[in-house]
Amino acid sequence: MLRLEQRQQPSKIMLYITPVLAVVATMLVGAALFMVMGIDPLKAIYLLFIDPFVDSYNLSQLFVKASPLILIAMGLSIGFRAGVWNIGAEGQFIMGAIAGGAVGLALWDTQGWWLLPLMAAAAALGGALWAMIPALLKIKFNANEILVSLMLVYVAENIIAAMAQGPLRDPDGYGRPVSKNLERHDATTLPDVFPSLGIDAGGVVMLLLLAAAFFLLQKHAMGYQIKLTGESPRAARFAGVKPGVIIAVCLGISGAAAGMAGLFELTGAAGTLSADFGVGYGFTAIIVAFLGRLNPVGILLAGVVLAGTYIGGENAQFALKLPAAAVTVFQGMMLFFLLGFEILINYRVRRAT
Amino acid sequence: MDFSSLDPVAMMVLLIGAATPIMLAALGELVVEKSGVLNLGVEGMMIIGAVCGFIVAVNTDSPMLGLLGAAVGGAVVSMLFAFLTQYLLSNQVATGLALTLFGLGLAALMGSSYNGIRPPRMARLDIGGLSDLPVVGKLFFSHDPVIYGSVALVFAVWFFLNRTRAGLVLRACGENHDAAHSLGYNVQLIRFGAIMFGGACAGLGGAYVSLVRVPQWTEGMTAGVGWIALAIVVFAAWKPWRVILGAYMFGGLTILQLSLQALGIHISGAYLSMTPYIVTIVVLVIMSADRKKASLNAPACLGKSFHASH
Repeated sequence: MLRLEQRQQPSKIMLYITPVLAVVATMLVGAALFMVMGIDPLKAIYLLFIDPFVDSYNLSQLFVKASPLILIAMGLSIGFRAGVWNIGAEGQFIMGAIAGGAVGLALWDTQGWWLLPLMAAAAALGGALWAMIPALLKIKFNANEILVSLMLVYVAENIIAAMAQGPLRDPDGYGRPVSKNLERHDATTLPDVFPSLGIDAGGVVMLLLLAAAFFLLQKHAMGYQIKLTGESPRAARFAGVKPGVIIAVCLGISGAAAGMAGLFELTGAAGTLSADFGVGYGFTAIIVAFLGRLNPVGILLAGVVLAGTYIGGENAQFALKLPAAAVTVFQGMMLFFLLGFEILINYRVRRAT
Repeated sequence: MDFSSLDPVAMMVLLIGAATPIMLAALGELVVEKSGVLNLGVEGMMIIGAVCGFIVAVNTDSPMLGLLGAAVGGAVVSMLFAFLTQYLLSNQVATGLALTLFGLGLAALMGSSYNGIRPPRMARLDIGGLSDLPVVGKLFFSHDPVIYGSVALVFAVWFFLNRTRAGLVLRACGENHDAAHSLGYNVQLIRFGAIMFGGACAGLGGAYVSLVRVPQWTEGMTAGVGWIALAIVVFAAWKPWRVILGAYMFGGLTILQLSLQALGIHISGAYLSMTPYIVTIVVLVIMSADRKKASLNAPACLGKSFHASH
């Protein structure tokens, strides 16, 4: 029999190796799964994990998918570090898109470089305000932020449906519950910056915010307080950290980031607001945050890997008749493996004597 | 507006049907949390139960075997969570989320060839002449066996937790796992068992949605019922009897909201559809506001990992 022995100190090497191990294990088990399903495993693994990073068309889509994932995960990771579990990023993503999109639709036919920044600010505000609901309910009434933020995802999905049927519907759209396409105007379309990698202006903002998050966590006193709260809430209280402030800051940042990601999705990829605007980035970003070890650099890499599985999954749907849901299974599996391997950071496996 | 279509007896019957999946899932989660484990994967286990139950029922033409398959399916996926959290000491919140994401994907994959099929009908349990009684017959004596079973299960769980030695041991693991360990109980194994029970209950709840309530298989059909079940456990203050109350209240709300939509009142259906989720939040706030009381009700070791070497 094997037994676990606690390490004197967490292993630094394991901290960085385990995410790689998780991806490799997912590929191996995935290959076995494909064999059972009667799909050529080598071809499927190639399509899902390699092809997105070598094919030039796929590369041009990479950051279209990775940017929202990374931006949301960056915000979530700050909260997760403090033990603030915002899992309603999908709702904040949708509310941000509604807020920013409404500004763009209200100023329809307006030209000007300032329009997109204004929409982005509205989106960040919309997402942050939506995230303030669980924050305030947690601070004032001790209500569990996991359940409240998640319930608000379903509320947000219904709000966008109502908006697309009502106030924000395209009056010339023959009654279809879809808004006007913001990409019909240049002033409300994100300009491309590095098209070969799919990085548009939103992707650049994402990279800047990622650097800001790195600075916050490494150099800023607030970042220190956030990390301290997560590692030892008691010690943080003695050090004078106000838990309410940490909760509000963490949820506010993650809500703003998710809201902005929603706007970038709207003005970069989707174009219109409709009931099926949310495609689950808010949930996949949770996996990105963990796979990236809640660390800005790690999140960048993890976001690229998961964006790859989305792109590869779409290609495999055509090439191998792989069901769309298979990608979700892979993503869930990756998180399972990661969480399982995490034991190696704090424990050593020894043969029991 | 025509209110005559709102037949109170028929609405009560619908209410009970809407409440049963929530009740089953919440009851399972209650036992899990009583043992000190927070499993946020209820939604994932429910949807796995929904698809497993559907597949088994369609292929065997027996709804009862379907329910069995759902319970087994729910328990099997819950073992993933149990193994990771109990033996690999992974974070319970993150692992529960993983279980939900994985479950939703796996269920969609498993059910992709079952869209648009009708499952075999579950027969009602007619009790002699009682079912023919006006009002009372419809309200109490003409349901399917799952509804009677779910109420019986509430009683069984209450009896187990409060009147048996094994139930006491399970609660001890939830209140103070170190003490339970020093008394010689295998905390990890007991929690493993509780998690599997929770998985089986959630699976049954899911199958009730796909086999009786809807009855059809569609991706993501549990639509947050698993999360509402988690909130019901808080509402119930970890007491089995109050799970019935909470679940039936939510069932009532769902049916009321659907009836209003059917009446075609001048509110967009989307606004009505969000009410159950908003009410869940309100209920959570009310139940959590009194910090002292809330912390007395919750098991003291809820969500904490246990490793014997500490």
